[in-house]
Amino acid sequence: MNGLPASIAQSDIWYALPLIVAISLAYAATRHERMRPIFGHALRAGLWIGAFMAIIFAVLKILTWMAA
Amino acid sequence: MSDQTTHIRVDLKDPVLAAFLAWLVPGLGHFYQGRLAKGALFFITILGTFITGVYLGGNNELGWGRVVYTSWREGDKRLPFLCQIGVGLPCMPALIQANRVRSQKTPLWNGFMAPPVPEGQQQPGQPTLNRLNKELHRFFELGTVYTMVAGLLNVLAIYDAFSGPVIVEPRRKEPDEEDEAQNEADPKPDEKPANTPGATT
Repeated sequence: MNGLPASIAQSDIWYALPLIVAISLAYAATRHERMRPIFGHALRAGLWIGAFMAIIFAVLKILTWMAA
Repeated sequence: MSDQTTHIRVDLKDPVLAAFLAWLVPGLGHFYQGRLAKGALFFITILGTFITGVYLGGNNELGWGRVVYTSWREGDKRLPFLCQIGVGLPCMPALIQANRVRSQKTPLWNGFMAPPVPEGQQQPGQPTLNRLNKELHRFFELGTVYTMVAGLLNVLAIYDAFSGPVIVEPRRKEPDEEDEAQNEADPKPDEKPANTPGATT
C-alpha cells in the first residue's frame, strides 16, 4: 500500500488545490452577499469537490492495480 | 432572527456598466457597486489564479505568459483564449502581441503573451509551439488550465455584478418558528419568493 501515498505525494494533483480554493470561493460568492455565508459555502463546496476527486482517484487507482 | 437569515437588498446601480467593469478587471464591477468585500474576493481569487497560470506557463528564457496568446492560423487555433479572454484587461497584451506578429513586427516585452511562430519560420528568440510544449512540459497545460479557469470564473463574477447573488434555499425553520408560523395567518415580512432578484441570505 506504499504506492498510494507515494503517488499522491509525487503527483501533479496538488496543482488542483489552488484551483479548488478559487473555484469554491468564486462560486460561493455568487450565492451570497456576506462574507460569513460565502466562506461557509466555499468550505462545503471545496470539501465536496475534494471528496469527489478523491473517489475518482481511488477508483482509477484500483483499476490500475487490477490491470497490472 | 439571526443576522445570517436577514434578507438584504443589493444596489446594483447600472448593471450593464457594472458587468462591463467586472469583465474589464475582475472585481471592478463590484467595487463600482460598493460591494467592496466581494470585489476584493473576486479580484484576489480570479486574478490570483490567472497570474499563477501566467507564471506556470513561461520562464525567463521563453518569456512569461506563453500560454495566453491568440492565434487563428492553421495548425494552431488557440481556442483556450476564448475562455481566457473572460478575465478582460489582463489578456489585452495577447491581442497587442498577436497584432504585432501579424504585422511582421517583433513582439514586445520579451515575448510576454506573444503567439509562437509557425514551424519552419524560426526566428531568434521566438519559440515555436513545439518548443513551448517541449520546454514547459506539463506546465504548458497547467498554465493553460489555470488561465482558462480564471476567465470562466470571471464569467460568474460578471453575472453576479449584473444581476446580484443567486438565492440559496431558505434555511429550515426551527420547531418553535413553525409553531409561530401556524399561529400567524400572514407570511413573515422577511420571507420572499426564492427568485426575488437582489435579495439573499
